[in-house]
Amino acid sequence: MTQLPPNRPQPRRQFRNIGIADLINYRLPVPGVISILHRISGLLMFLLLPFLLWLFDLSLSSDRSFDRLVAFCDGTFARLVLLGLGWGLLHHLCAGLRFLLLDLHIGADKPLARRSSWIVFVVSLPLTAVFGLFLFGVIG
Amino acid sequence: MSGSLRRTPVGAHYGLREWLAQRVTALVLLAFLLFVAGALIVEGRHDYQGWAAIFAPQPVKLITLLAFAALCYHAWIGVRDIWMDYVHHTGLRLALLTLTILWLLYCLAWAGQILWSV
Repeated sequence: MTQLPPNRPQPRRQFRNIGIADLINYRLPVPGVISILHRISGLLMFLLLPFLLWLFDLSLSSDRSFDRLVAFCDGTFARLVLLGLGWGLLHHLCAGLRFLLLDLHIGADKPLARRSSWIVFVVSLPLTAVFGLFLFGVIG
Repeated sequence: MSGSLRRTPVGAHYGLREWLAQRVTALVLLAFLLFVAGALIVEGRHDYQGWAAIFAPQPVKLITLLAFAALCYHAWIGVRDIWMDYVHHTGLRLALLTLTILWLLYCLAWAGQILWSV
């Protein structure tokens, strides 16, 4: 039998077929977080599609409806929904580009895949923050 | 035996078409986003007149409708995957899949109606 080296770190707890209650203890690796957020952001945009089409309709129907759109986007609730939509798009876009690169076998080994997951957050979250500052009239 | 009956319902290649379509439509949507961003920069006017002028030409309307079609197909594959992963009741899943298709077609027609009302 192979002798284990001394001071070997405790092996990570193994999970097989986990139930919903195990999610609290389960430490999802960063690429896993990117992946599930990709799904959540996609579903969010799917659910907000009628809202987006309604805004698109207002923006193009007439100059009066365009003004109504501008007034509507001044409201706090509308801004929060738009911020959510903006985050969804930015995360989905950045994570999606990463998935396309992975499909081309670029950065598919574990350390690189972890680093590129962090890059997705480092790009998408500040861009969301900039969009939020623009939405709430702090900049632009 | 006809060709359609020999189609393998499971296995490594099942779903390859959807997998590829999801990636192709993603690139179409990225190109469309860049196109609209470029059009906004070229247009210059950031008011109703400028915005409506972008979508006034017939080719732009058609390109935008194509982008919405790509969006609906992309969303269909993604939402289909979600129902297939989490909804295990066959009848409920079938109902959700059907409603998703109908809803996306409804949205696509709505987008066309908006575009050609300008």
